[in-house]
Amino acid sequence: MSNPSTVKTRASGPTRLRRRTRVSEFALETLIRVLGFSTIGFVLLIFLFLLREGLPAFFQVSPAALFSTHWYPTYGFFGTLPLILGSLLVTLLAIVIALPLGVATAVFVREVAPQWTREILKPVIEVLAGVPSVVLGFFGMTFVAPLVREVLGAPTGLTAFSGALILAYMALPTIITVAEDALDSVPRSLRDAGLAMGATRWQTIWRVVVPGARSGILTAVMLGMGRAIGETMAVMMVTGNAAVMPTSLVSLFRPIRTMTATIAAEMGEVARGSTHYHMLFGIGIILFILTFLINLAAASAIFQKKRKGGLR
Amino acid sequence: MVAPNSTQGAVERTAAHRTPASSYAGREPKIRIEGVSYWYSRRQMLNGVTLSVPDRAVTVLFGPAGGGKTTLMRLVNRLNDLVEDTQMTGRILLDGEDIYTPGTDVTGLRRRVGMVFALPLPLPGTVRENVVYGPRLAGERNTSRLSEIVERSLTQAALWTEVRDRLDAPALSLSGGQQQRLCIARSLALEPEILLLDEPTSGLDPISTAKVEESLYALKKDYAVVIVPHSVQQAARIADVAAFFLAGELVEWGEGPEVFTAPKVKQTEDYITGRFG
Amino acid sequence: MNRALVQRLGFAFLGLITFVVVVPILLVIGVIVARGIVAINWQFLTTMPHGGMKEGGILPAIVGTLLLTLGTALVAVPIGVGGAVYLSEYARDTRLTRAIRLAIVNLAGIPSIVYGLFGLGMFVLFFRFGTSILAGSLTLAIMTLPVIISTAEEALRAVPQEFRTVSASLGGTRWQGIRTIVLPQALPGIITGVILGLLRAAGETAPILFTVAAFYLPRLPSSPMDQTMTLPYHLYVISTQVPGMPLSIQYGTALVLLALVLSLNIVASVIRRHFRRKRQW
Repeated sequence: MSNPSTVKTRASGPTRLRRRTRVSEFALETLIRVLGFSTIGFVLLIFLFLLREGLPAFFQVSPAALFSTHWYPTYGFFGTLPLILGSLLVTLLAIVIALPLGVATAVFVREVAPQWTREILKPVIEVLAGVPSVVLGFFGMTFVAPLVREVLGAPTGLTAFSGALILAYMALPTIITVAEDALDSVPRSLRDAGLAMGATRWQTIWRVVVPGARSGILTAVMLGMGRAIGETMAVMMVTGNAAVMPTSLVSLFRPIRTMTATIAAEMGEVARGSTHYHMLFGIGIILFILTFLINLAAASAIFQKKRKGGLR
Repeated sequence: MVAPNSTQGAVERTAAHRTPASSYAGREPKIRIEGVSYWYSRRQMLNGVTLSVPDRAVTVLFGPAGGGKTTLMRLVNRLNDLVEDTQMTGRILLDGEDIYTPGTDVTGLRRRVGMVFALPLPLPGTVRENVVYGPRLAGERNTSRLSEIVERSLTQAALWTEVRDRLDAPALSLSGGQQQRLCIARSLALEPEILLLDEPTSGLDPISTAKVEESLYALKKDYAVVIVPHSVQQAARIADVAAFFLAGELVEWGEGPEVFTAPKVKQTEDYITGRFG
Repeated sequence: MNRALVQRLGFAFLGLITFVVVVPILLVIGVIVARGIVAINWQFLTTMPHGGMKEGGILPAIVGTLLLTLGTALVAVPIGVGGAVYLSEYARDTRLTRAIRLAIVNLAGIPSIVYGLFGLGMFVLFFRFGTSILAGSLTLAIMTLPVIISTAEEALRAVPQEFRTVSASLGGTRWQGIRTIVLPQALPGIITGVILGLLRAAGETAPILFTVAAFYLPRLPSSPMDQTMTLPYHLYVISTQVPGMPLSIQYGTALVLLALVLSLNIVASVIRRHFRRKRQW
């Protein structure tokens, strides 16, 4: 475009329509594509390095010993069962606490609360999502645990229950946000139909809206569980870190130890290349696969919902 | 018209335009559409459309909604390339050259074929930034030449006198009619050869509509104008060539006055006289 | 029972539960601020720790966390924003695209301690970076990616499709449309996402346990290959590993970390709100 009149010249013929290649633009677009694909590479790399350091453990420790009930690395006992059960116990208990709280809060925020209340509640819940887990762990140790000990009269407040309580609050922002979105996606017409049939808002919420958001709430639970099972610092600081088998309900109020806390607590002191070292990576592999499956389940629900959205 | 060169060009073209309307058929068409069919995710949008668009005249594509008018327009500047899951057969020739030949410079094509959309869609930014957007992307950096382009394009779109003092105001602060003329000016800034207008006055009040139509009369001296009108009345007012579309088929086309006073096909007549649509 | 009464009782009950959820959040912040504020003074923020960390300040931990966050940003922002641009502007709905989305969901779900193991295996040992700011930044960057990609993609997709069409109709290439319109319009949203990702990285402890963190190192790092103290790890150490630690220093450290993270949080939401009000589409 050197001069307006030259552009106006109506030369016809094949020269006018030939493509100009821009090298820098091509390079940039290629780079963007590579960056787009990189996430797949990172997931593979993570798995690869976990396998590299963790696989030897599964050769050095027999399968039977692997799932025995004793975890005493210094004496060569690498039974992961108490750790796995510890993780599951704390996670499940956390979800049992967080699910009703989260869904009720989501319903309240989305369906009941007036606009001004919502505008206060949303940022407060966002703040919770932003509090570092080590800070919550610290708070749990210095504030919650003594409370639990006094209320229960237990010898220590650092118990599975205290851990689950902290975990529940850590999972809450995820559960509330996802459940809110699920409630929000229930069509207006369904609500109107409920109200038109003479149901109160309260009845409509529980008979129409919440059932309509069921799959979304399930997704919320999965994501909250994924978050809880992978949580490390808070759990390590609050659960008391005793690798004992949870055998009865009483175990809830005894110290316990999770997979994540085991890795965090012991990796610092182990000799590189020892069975113990490989074993900690082996626990990492178990965690990776476990969260992978949980998130896969949650993701397939999310993707299904998105695909219904149609044309982008 | 401020740039001396463009003035000269305009005079030449005015002379060309004096040839009687009946000679469109004999003239080399600016755009030649040959047997174009088009599918969007297995739904057929166009079926075997063949049509010639003359240079320096207003070609009107009209008919009920969903007839394929907009789709055809977006094929002429290859905007439909942006849509996934589509299929096209047939040829579209611009000055005798197939624009779907592999290796075609699509961005260059879009500079030659300007488009104005149904809703005024100013880009974020000022009036001036909107007008110079295309030329800047095409590599024009010279500020004095860019200001020439701003004045010329806004004048051609009959907007210059209204916005000459507000060039640095946000484009969104203009009225709807002004925004649409700004969008026309934005296309003209690239000095295209063809201007495609897709219901450019659909969102506008009668006064703004009149202003936009007025600018179209001026524009057809220099450009091949293709327009989807927003009413039959508008179609009849401005058509040099008219083409009636129904459900993806080109039912009838010919010189505007003939199509509107003596349609050959019954469906066209029914539509014009308001029996359906 | 009267249906209107049931509804009122029901709503009150939901409100009560919401109260139960919200109060502990405010309690955490309130307690940490109230007990931590007494420890905070200029000296606490600007001097080295001494006397077995029971005296002095926490300067190296603050500096370490800032450096680590900066390093994370340098790696994660270009990759994350580039990945988001790819997903929003270039990717079509293919099997590969779905694999990328699945990868992002899974990166987001991998436990932070597993990131720590990965960082140890790949950056510390395999690449021989040692426990260093470099190794920690890379580990945290990969952990932060899904947050940045997801929020940036959302911001990019929120830019109306029409702008891209208009740009193309004016002879813009796809990249020109992105550079001149889509990216500038999405910028506030992208910045918000970047901050949210980084504040998560700044508060993390588990991924840096074996990749960066120094237990007690009362000097400032001088190169990316140095170890450093960090705020979250320091809080962990002084609250669990050092007997007889004055509680005020523990709460003071917790407060500094909390303040850092929450102020970033507030900055992010202010940016988001400000630009949402300002934009006209």
